[in-house]
Amino acid sequence: MDPVVKVSDLSVSYNGKNVFEDISLSVYPRQLVGIIGPNGAGKSTLIKAIMGLTYVNEGQIEVMKKPVEKVRKHISYVPQRNTIDLDFPVLVEDVVSMGRYPHLSWWGLLTAKDRQIVKKSLKQVGMYEYRRRQIGQLSGGQQQRVFLARALAQEAELFFLDEPFAGIDIASENMIMDILRNLRDQGKTLFVVHHDLSKAGSYFDSLILLNNKLIAYGKKEDVFQVNCLKEAYDGQVTNISEKNNFVVVNG
Amino acid sequence: MGSIGYFIDSLYAYQYLQNAMIAAVLVGIVCGVIGCFIILRGMALMGDAISHAVLPGVAVAYMLGFSFFIGAVFTGVLTALGIGYISQNSRIKDDSAIGIMFTAAFALGVILITLRRGTGVDLWHILFGNVLAVSQADLWMTFWIGILVLISVFLFYKQLLLSTFDPVMAVAVGLPTRLIHYSLMLLLSLVTVASLKTVGIVLVVAMLVTPGSTAYLLTNRLPVMLFLAAVFGVFSSITGVYFSYIYDFATGASIVVVASILFALSFIYSHKQSFLTRFFRTGKVQEKAKLIN
Repeated sequence: MDPVVKVSDLSVSYNGKNVFEDISLSVYPRQLVGIIGPNGAGKSTLIKAIMGLTYVNEGQIEVMKKPVEKVRKHISYVPQRNTIDLDFPVLVEDVVSMGRYPHLSWWGLLTAKDRQIVKKSLKQVGMYEYRRRQIGQLSGGQQQRVFLARALAQEAELFFLDEPFAGIDIASENMIMDILRNLRDQGKTLFVVHHDLSKAGSYFDSLILLNNKLIAYGKKEDVFQVNCLKEAYDGQVTNISEKNNFVVVNG
Repeated sequence: MGSIGYFIDSLYAYQYLQNAMIAAVLVGIVCGVIGCFIILRGMALMGDAISHAVLPGVAVAYMLGFSFFIGAVFTGVLTALGIGYISQNSRIKDDSAIGIMFTAAFALGVILITLRRGTGVDLWHILFGNVLAVSQADLWMTFWIGILVLISVFLFYKQLLLSTFDPVMAVAVGLPTRLIHYSLMLLLSLVTVASLKTVGIVLVVAMLVTPGSTAYLLTNRLPVMLFLAAVFGVFSSITGVYFSYIYDFATGASIVVVASILFALSFIYSHKQSFLTRFFRTGKVQEKAKLIN
């Protein structure tokens, strides 16, 4: 089986400061990949580099054996909610419709089939009843589900989610997690930037552990070891139970 | 009410007043529509900058006798590129880069025009408009610019919406966001040229930002916002030209004052609205609490 994402010797710097150096990894399809590490570790930068959204100082990135520019349609992105202008005059269904844009021609309009897919995606995340609401009128969890619905509507192969569980209710979190697992079972590959260590072990199949360099990457059992985590979190990690439940201790 | 009758009679009688009115209405529509995107992209200052930066181009065009349309677009877009270049290639922040570049261009324009004093190019008229001197040719130019802008917005609505709402996703799915940005700057330069006679360079930004903001407070849907902005732009233009004719005000300023009053009304209305909904909601909650107890 070929890797769906292959990163070789990747280095990214921002304003002359290294975000990370020399990252190489191959990710195989049908996986939920968690990207974890402390704040400022370069987690968002790594997914942006793979998606071709940031300037890369060195290294090669192949997505589905091609340069990322050739496969953009097949990549969907769920932004960090706080980077979006939530007062923007769009309704929930307008946002989800944007997921269909990559499939339309430059002048093309949404077809009946596109609308059907939008409807299906909205129902999948339980937001169909809210389709005529302005996005700012929703709760954080509902907004996150809308952005996930947009990604679903894109019918992509690869998903990148940036902190999808930040500041949302537990019901939404569980619902999103179920949908992500479902996508994985359909053969999709999903990258999730995540900072909550306590759930990383149960949520993901593989983990990328970052702290301005690649500390560990592999099956979650192999990465989720106290020595790796201690290296990533500068020693501020303790094991709170027998079953590999780690928490970060500050200070 | 006699003055309205008098105004309508004058409108029938005088070609120059008809031209002024048509030009103002076109400017109201076009500025309102393009202004919505300027507002939503947080580019009000950029709108102000591009409109001012048009001045040296207009001045050179007058001096060398080619269409000021070309001159304006040239310096407008050049300034936009300069602003982008400075903010991407130095520690200077966006708003400072904008401030530096547009005042530089504007000052250069003022010098160029004052060099040619006495040749019939009136700085005052370029800065503040001279709506009563709208020629048939000006009218056609405004018309074609308006058509171009409306067609562009209609054809590229999807791209404009996505790149405005979520620029990161726009790049991720392969939209040429830079091209979209600079095309918008190009349209902005054209719109400024179209508005030159009506409101003038200095007040164009009001026609771009105010009707759109008025609309923004009243709706949750972009298509409705675009429509309302055009309606408010047109209403401001008609009413502004009317007051300007009856009371002999400067036309551009008169239009802008009407637009600002509309904004104030919409601000008060939307505030009251949210105040009332909050009031009723808390009222309902209290009622419920009473029932439970």
